[in-house]
Amino acid sequence: MIWNEKIETMPLADLKNLQSERLVKLVNYVYQRCPVYKQKFDQAGVQPSNIKTIDDIVKLPFTTKHDMRDYYPFGLFSVPRTELAEIHVSSGTTGNPTLVGYTHDDIKLWGEVMARAFCCAGAVPDDTIQIAYGYGLFTGGLGAHYGALEMGMTIIPTSSGQTKRQLKIMQDFKPRILACTPSYCLYMADEARDIGIDPRSSSWKIGVFGAEPWSESMRGEIEATWNMLATDIYGLSEIIGPGVSQECHLKTGLHLFSDVFYPEIIDPDTGKPVAEGQDGELVITTLTKQGIPLIRYRTRDIVSMTSQPCKCGRTSPRTSKIKGRTDDMIVVRGINVFPSQIEHILLGIDGTHPHYQLIIDRQAHKLDEVEIMVEVDEKLFSDEIKQMHSLEQKIKKEIEAVLSIGVTVKLVEPKTIARSEGKAKRVIDKRSL
Amino acid sequence: MAKQLTIFLENRPGRIKSICDVLQVNNLNIWAFAIQDRGEFGLVKLVVDKPAQAQVALVECGVACALKEVLAITAPDKPGNLDRLTSTLSQKNVNIKDAYGFVSTGDKQGVCFLEVQNVNGVDVAKLISENGFRVLSDEELYAL
Repeated sequence: MIWNEKIETMPLADLKNLQSERLVKLVNYVYQRCPVYKQKFDQAGVQPSNIKTIDDIVKLPFTTKHDMRDYYPFGLFSVPRTELAEIHVSSGTTGNPTLVGYTHDDIKLWGEVMARAFCCAGAVPDDTIQIAYGYGLFTGGLGAHYGALEMGMTIIPTSSGQTKRQLKIMQDFKPRILACTPSYCLYMADEARDIGIDPRSSSWKIGVFGAEPWSESMRGEIEATWNMLATDIYGLSEIIGPGVSQECHLKTGLHLFSDVFYPEIIDPDTGKPVAEGQDGELVITTLTKQGIPLIRYRTRDIVSMTSQPCKCGRTSPRTSKIKGRTDDMIVVRGINVFPSQIEHILLGIDGTHPHYQLIIDRQAHKLDEVEIMVEVDEKLFSDEIKQMHSLEQKIKKEIEAVLSIGVTVKLVEPKTIARSEGKAKRVIDKRSL
Repeated sequence: MAKQLTIFLENRPGRIKSICDVLQVNNLNIWAFAIQDRGEFGLVKLVVDKPAQAQVALVECGVACALKEVLAITAPDKPGNLDRLTSTLSQKNVNIKDAYGFVSTGDKQGVCFLEVQNVNGVDVAKLISENGFRVLSDEELYAL
């Protein structure tokens, strides 16, 4: 079923009018309410009155992850804190995390787009859904929850982890829909076999998988292993969390809910739009958000996009899966990790920048593993074995506290980490996604 | 006092060899060594004939190492001497953090290198000397 048939199948000309109308409202809204945006507009020499249709959006300045950090915590908000119903925090590049906030209407919007996403994947209101995304500051769990609530599904909010319990709940309550990260889904298959459950006999028939990059081959593996339809969902907390776009059962791209999240694909170097179908950076404007509306937010995700309506009847544009990043962010078990965060932690420990390297690996059917190699230079070196060991533990603890995922720290000898042109390669991603 | 080189090494094949290579090239002689293993890495402790020169050579090769003073204690190579030494320390509640040794073949003297803690104001060198052992100076050690 199509959740919001009027909007999701709207003729393109009408959709464009709706976007134009919303953009005009939005620029006036942020110009009046958010001093940071007023300043950004003034500096770019653009006034709300210059924006008449959605095509004028190119006149507006971009918003970046740096803005999120620089104006932390509430600088980019367009409402006072008292109007916020909920806030979520994800990891930032260094120091400050990325804070987002939702008004009651924003939460309703979140529920609406997530309901669209679940229906797009094939769920119906009579379904039971097991939500195994983490609940908490991470947007995955609660975002899915609001969507399922809006749709009227029966929700089992298992959150992430406790795999044996997840499997028991699946067997006992027979949910048809599963929402979690794709790697966790595969991980659960191994656990299932260990306790004598045949994954192919599971009740899960539709998976809504996201929060980390995954490939077509991984999809094939999940579908064959669990005998289910595996669909991709995309989102980022800055825009709303999950629910920006979602694949339908035809699996020919992710439907981007462009009546509320207006997409552009640009050349990351020039900032100019690329031709339809070409790879570029996805830029999103939140057309109707109230709490922290963002103008032309640069997601740093590389995708391609088509505006050809889909055979499923939806008229929204469709993007490819994420093909890469314009920065060095990596996603590990749904958590955004920036090498600069590691650098920041190491700087805090000994006041210098030791050489380090992140190695991300995913063994077959296992969760991602992060190993951090840190070169022991003169500053870090202690001639006491106990102190070396406690240094290792300290680095591990501090990194785990910031990233909220378990890591392995390995102290290595100076000059062990390969350098090219004097600069060490910070990330080695061995995952075959 | 005698000097000890402490060297950080990863626990994998060829790492100790790499240190020995540097010492060999610089014609430095190893008197004693010990290894503390901590899983993925370890510390190698070396007593060599020219410690300062060895440190410079190792640092130039990018090795993380430090030079520190340790007690070099001698006693005749006879049964019961290490027991006497450790009893002396334990009576004063001095903790031995690390110890290793060798026997000098010429005059049948045992040499023990000690790192201690919890000294609580005890002059360990004096205590040992008063109990019939000899604490070697740099020169005495390298003259053995």
